[in-house]
This record gives sequence, C-alpha cells and structure tokens, in this order.
Amino acid sequence: MTDEKPFVDIRHAQKSYGTLEVLKDISLTVNRGEIVAIIGPSGSGKSTLLRAINDLDPLTGGEVWLEDTQINKQLPHRQYEKHINQVRQDIGMVFQHFNLFPHLTVRGNITLAPKMLKGLSEAEANALAEEQLDKVGMLERIDYYPSQLSGGQKQRVAIARALAMKPKVMLFDEATSALDPELVEEVNLVMKKLAEEHMTMIIVTHEMGFAESVCDRVLFMDQGVVVEEGPPSVIFRNPENERTKNFLRKHLASNKE
Amino acid sequence: MDIDLMMKVYPFFLKAAWVTVQLSVLTAILGLICGSLGAAARLSRHAVLRWIGGAYVSFIRGTPALIQLFILYFGGPQVGIQLDAFEAGVIGLGVNIGAYMTETIRGAIISIDKGQVEASRTLGMSRFQTFRKVVLPQAMRLMIRPLGVNINALIKGTALVAAISVVELTYTAQRYIGSTYKPFEMFLMSGLLYMVIIYVTGRAVTWLDNKAKIV
Ligand SMILES: Nc1ncnc2c1ncn2[C@@H]1O[C@H](COP(=O)(O)OP(=O)(O)OP(=O)(O)O)[C@@H](O)[C@H]1O
Ligand SMILES: [Mg+2]
Repeated sequence: MTDEKPFVDIRHAQKSYGTLEVLKDISLTVNRGEIVAIIGPSGSGKSTLLRAINDLDPLTGGEVWLEDTQINKQLPHRQYEKHINQVRQDIGMVFQHFNLFPHLTVRGNITLAPKMLKGLSEAEANALAEEQLDKVGMLERIDYYPSQLSGGQKQRVAIARALAMKPKVMLFDEATSALDPELVEEVNLVMKKLAEEHMTMIIVTHEMGFAESVCDRVLFMDQGVVVEEGPPSVIFRNPENERTKNFLRKHLASNKE
Repeated sequence: MDIDLMMKVYPFFLKAAWVTVQLSVLTAILGLICGSLGAAARLSRHAVLRWIGGAYVSFIRGTPALIQLFILYFGGPQVGIQLDAFEAGVIGLGVNIGAYMTETIRGAIISIDKGQVEASRTLGMSRFQTFRKVVLPQAMRLMIRPLGVNINALIKGTALVAAISVVELTYTAQRYIGSTYKPFEMFLMSGLLYMVIIYVTGRAVTWLDNKAKIV
C-alpha cells in the first residue's frame, strides 16, 4: 500500500513570527496511503506545520513537496497565485471549526469549488455532492443550511466538501476538538472509512485512542521540533523520550478527570 | 396654525419633495459607487490604494459637508468645474456619503470570519473567487442595515443643498416663509414630508434585510 517514493515531503521546515521560532528545522515524509498523526502540547507548532503543507501559513525556510511539485515555490505574485490555487485542489483540509459557508446549503457548500474550478455542470456537481454526502452519511441533509446541523454533521459535510475536490491528501487540524463528546464518534467513523480506502492523511489530534487505532505513524512535537516519531504501538506504549512520556502521562491524567 | 395656508401651498411642497427624492436616490447611487471603490481601495493589497482610500475617508469625515459643497459649487468654477446647483448637490453629497459607506462596507467585509476565506482558499479558489462567492454574499447581508443608517443620514443631509439654492424641501420652506411669514407651518410641512420619505426608506431597508436572512 505504500511505495518508497515520498508523497508529501517536508524538508527542513522553519517558521518564525518575529523572534519566535515556531518550527525549528522539521523534516517529514509521508508515503502514499500513509496515515500520520501529529500530537503534542498546545503551542508546539502542530497547526503551523499542517498549514504549511498547503502554504496557508507560508514557511520562512525549507521546502514542501507533493509528489513532483514544490508547493511553497517563490514566484511572482500572479504566477504564485495560479500555482497555489492549482496545488491546493489536490490537498483537502478540514478545520476544527468546520468553516462551512453559512450562506450556502450543504449542496452549495460541496458543489461551489468543483463548479468553479473543474467546470462541472450543475448535474455533474449534484451527482458528485450526492456521492460524497452518501459517503459521510449526510445525504438526507443535502438541502439544509449549516446552521440547521449539529457540530458532528457540520464536520462530516466539511469532510465531504474537501473530498469532492478528489484530493490526493487530506489534512485534519483537530477535526473533533470543537465537538461535544457524543458527536466525536460519527466524525471518527468517517475518518476511519477514509483510512480503509487508503486516503493519505495527516491528522493533528488530541485523541490518542483514535490516533492509535487509525494511524500508521505518530509524531510527537514539542516547541517546534519533532521530539519522537514511530508506530503508534511504540509511541503510546513504549516512548523513549522523557518529554513524550511526560506529555502522555499528563494527557491521560487530564482525560480521566 | 394656518391650515388653510398649508392646504394652499402644499402642491409646491410635494414638487419639492420629489426633488428631494431624486436628489436622495442619485446621491445614494453615487454614494454606493464611491463606497464600494473606497472599500476596495482601503482593503487593497497595494499600499498606495490603501493610502488614497484612507485619505478620502479622513478628508470627508474631517470636514463639514457644507464646506465640501461650497468648495465644489463656488470653488469649482475657479478650477474649471462648472456645475449647476443640482449636479453639485448630487456630486457633493454622493462623494460625502460615499466616505461613510466606505467604512460601512469595509466593516462588513472585514467582519467575515477568516476561516471562511481559509476554507475557500484551501479548496483552490482564487482570492477573487473567494471574495465573490464566499465573502461578499455574507458581507452584503451584514451591510444592509448600516447602509440604511447611512442613507437615512443622507436624506436628511440633502437639506444642506438649500444653501446652494436647489429647490428642494428645505429651500422651498425658506422661500415660502419669505412671502407668508409663517415659518412654523412651512418648516413643519417640510419636516413631515422628510419623515414620509425616511419612513418609506426605512421600511424598504427592513424588508430587504428580512429577505436576505439565510434561514
Ligand atoms: N499569526 C501568529 N503570530 C504570532 N505567533 C503565532 C501566530 N500563529 C501561531 N503563533 C504561535 O506559534 C506557536 C505554534 O502555534 P500552533 O497553532 O502551530 O500550535 P499548535 O500546536 O497547533 O497548538 P494547539 O494545540 O493549541 O492548536 C504558538 O506559540 C503560537 O502562539
Ligand atoms: Mg493547533
């Protein structure tokens, strides 16, 4: 299921805000079909790293590649915009706060970009929306507005919206953190389904149980560096680094409250 | 109160009210154009445009509208701008209210959650597509009421053009006071007609605002 050539390749990523170094020389490769979880304390740079992949938060140093395309190319403004709009179609992103378009129905949310960017007809876009919504179990809500949905339903629609662009890789930034506990599972199930279909995924999460059951590899980040990485069985059961151990211990303790 | 006199002169006031309506409509249209351009400038990527937009807003909001009208109408000919009183009124008031509308429109646009832009951009939509399909439709709904407030101010502001002798409601009242010596009745009649215009406009704004509600 994975081949040797890196699919997503982050080389020496650096990011500073003024004097604050948020990412300190991070390298990470993800193979096709691989599912990688990024964990770590708040402020460690997880979101920054994830958002650097589609250049939403541009790096101050280093390179990001998707297959044979460098994403964060230095280009004149117009050319850069053209380039980035093209590569972003291949990178789906799911946000903590869903960011559905409130003025559009579920259908409108999903069909907007495929119609604008891929020239799909109304009928083709509708068929696509129905297919994706069926996948996330939201087909019967196709004509609802986001304000009429629960958090879990919104997030499933947001996932369907990203999938409708047929991305090569999906990025999740704490997709379930804003949800009521009883709504987390329905979103996790959708993500598991994607995993079974071998979607390449990079998942920032605070849910260790989910990461352990779904991911092929876990990265523990702290203060802008990858402190430890490995298969979930090792990171969660037998971490080597003291910082990893501390973080997991604290995290388990706070989750038991 | 001299009701008979009021009954006698009211057709002239209706005619004047019509001038006020025309003045208001044209001013509102020009104001919306200036406001849209002003907001675009203030939100531009280019510092020069941002500066121009900022200077426009500061100048207009920092000086009395009456002075702006006088500069245009009395000062204009000196620099080769010949306008009749009505034209000067529309342009002067339109450019004036446009500065306030600039801030209204800009405020509505920047109040849209950044996450909306991010979601759209990560799908691959361009800056312009994102603005047109995601930001603007949401911002438009938010700006209806505050633009209504701007238009309310604009309608009342049209009274200023009496000072450059446009024969609208305020000027008409003044003119009839000259011959009737009944300022109370004359100004009251003008006031009532302003109120009707403002009431109708207010209802239209409420109707639009309700219609624009999403669900
Ligand atoms: N726009 C910004 N300007 C300045 N500092 C920023 C900015 N964005 C993020 N930071 C800082 O960068 C660091 C990393 O932030 P980041 O959001 O990547 O952390 P995170 O690991 O995702 O945390 P969390 O678990 O809370 O989401 C933080 O110290 C944060 O304060
Ligand atoms: Mg984060």
